[in-house]
Amino acid sequence: MAEQLIRLTDVGKNYRKGREAVRVLDGINLGIDKGDFVGLMGPSGSGKTTLLNLLGGLDKPSQGTIEVDGKVVSALSQGALAKWRSGNIGFVFQFYNLLPVLSAARNVALPLLLTSLPASRRKQHVNTALRLVGLAERASHYPRELSGGQEQRVAIARAIVSDPPILLCDEPTGDLDRSTADEIMALLQQLNRDYGKTIVMVTHDPRAASYAHRVLHLDKGELGAAQQ
Amino acid sequence: MNRFTLIWRNMWRKPVRTLFTMLAVLVVFFLFTLLEGLRLAFSLSDLGAEAQERLLTSHKVSLIMMLPEAYQSRIARLPGVDAVSHSTWFGGRYQDHPEFAQYPVVAEEYLSLNAEIDLSEEYRQAWLANRGGAVVGRPVANQYGWQVGDRVPLKSSIWTRANGSNVWEFDIEGIFDDSGGGMNSGVLLFHYDYFEEARAWGKGTVGWYVTRGDGSIPLEGLMAGIDAEFANSPAETKTNTEAAFAQEYARQFGNIGFIVTLILAAVVFMIMLVTGHTMAQSVRERIHEIGVLKTLGFTSGSIFRLTVLEGLLLVLPVGLLAMLLGWGMLNVVTERMGAMLPGGLKIGTYSVVLGLSLMLAITLGSVLPPVIRALRLDIVALLRSS
Repeated sequence: MAEQLIRLTDVGKNYRKGREAVRVLDGINLGIDKGDFVGLMGPSGSGKTTLLNLLGGLDKPSQGTIEVDGKVVSALSQGALAKWRSGNIGFVFQFYNLLPVLSAARNVALPLLLTSLPASRRKQHVNTALRLVGLAERASHYPRELSGGQEQRVAIARAIVSDPPILLCDEPTGDLDRSTADEIMALLQQLNRDYGKTIVMVTHDPRAASYAHRVLHLDKGELGAAQQ
Repeated sequence: MNRFTLIWRNMWRKPVRTLFTMLAVLVVFFLFTLLEGLRLAFSLSDLGAEAQERLLTSHKVSLIMMLPEAYQSRIARLPGVDAVSHSTWFGGRYQDHPEFAQYPVVAEEYLSLNAEIDLSEEYRQAWLANRGGAVVGRPVANQYGWQVGDRVPLKSSIWTRANGSNVWEFDIEGIFDDSGGGMNSGVLLFHYDYFEEARAWGKGTVGWYVTRGDGSIPLEGLMAGIDAEFANSPAETKTNTEAAFAQEYARQFGNIGFIVTLILAAVVFMIMLVTGHTMAQSVRERIHEIGVLKTLGFTSGSIFRLTVLEGLLLVLPVGLLAMLLGWGMLNVVTERMGAMLPGGLKIGTYSVVLGLSLMLAITLGSVLPPVIRALRLDIVALLRSS
């Protein structure tokens, strides 16, 4: 039986909109095993991205607990959460979120600035990550000099450079054409299969979701039944 | 790649804007340095200690009224007086240049009273040996290109010679530096005997007396003693410290200094505002990226440090360079107009500290508000901002 890596217990999230409290997530109970590849689908406003943000420690739940590898991350302070994120989570966004002033290699190196690795080791890690995503020859290119698919590959290299066990992907193919999207999904699948990364991916695209081991449906803040 | 690379690349995000901001900082602190130089020149606040202790006795009515030469021996006899000498305003011009200070003096007495005049023994002896000789402060010599051995004509607006001419010629026998507050550095000194013998009128009178106490009587007592000695005489006196006299003299130019100071301060302030606004704008544009950095695990503290360091890197080196250039400019102006600016144009430690404080204020004032506002937002809000 696979070891459970992520456990959400009765997780809820409210936002205030003026005087009104809006309930975005309600009573989410979820377990994700180490090495799992989970797709999160649902209509706009169903709470997918909110759930992903909670899993990644970008936001805190209004109720319930989130445990990752036995640690209750929902109880951590902002400073402790930042440190935890840098070591445990790699993020991949729909619009890549690369810093335009840095080359591909330097964007990838960013998370390593938070480690105590010497410069030579950091460079080694960056080269490995870029090679893995097939962009070693584009290391010195700036984001504006790359295509959308290449930018997303750089973003994936940045997400894996510090070797976190979990990748959280928010619509990673949402801004790409079909063939590029397939390439990106194949890359994520490879990271899951060959490198044991646990992946949680929000997507609207059934084709992208088909790469996941199971797909969870969120509707009006509640989790539906999983599809294998 | 290290944190400095991140700071450096962020700083040059928009090279033209960065260059213009640097240019503005350069102009601000260049002007600031000139402003400080002018302020200090007009305030004469750093006169040497000697000027605080030497007394200057002039006619009670006005400095332009003469005092009898015989007063010297009477002052010398007063209790508490160590040494006394005299000077007179000569009012000479060299060619078409503005008037500067020249004094006929009794050389040995004057040099003894003004120990800050740094005249080499060789020049001193040459001057003492030449009745028509003069010694001159280095700023004056530099401005007019005078060298030892030159014979220079000065046209006096006050004193005519017995032969009816108002042109007086002097042999430059020495050039001196002023190790004190600079009050003597813009001066030409020549022999009183030569002046007394050649002048057509006013013989036996001098402009003012300079006295040094022996320390046995407080300065206030000595000043009162001197003035009491000549009370109810045809030429009553007014005695003050040399420093107080210089301040009073400088006050005549105070309004010019004040106006120049105001104009420059307004310019500096306006450019500071524009610079601050540009720097703040540059931080505001990066709100989304601050969200990305926080997502990757950068703490608010580390982002705060990166942003402030970037601001300092933009302002401090350029600001210091500007102050260096301003200081160079003050030296050039002093060199060229030394005769008009006896104290020279210079800045002191206070000016440097004030300049550095302003640089810090511009940086923190423009960077802190947007960065603090950004760091207060949660990551989700930061990532949502465009």
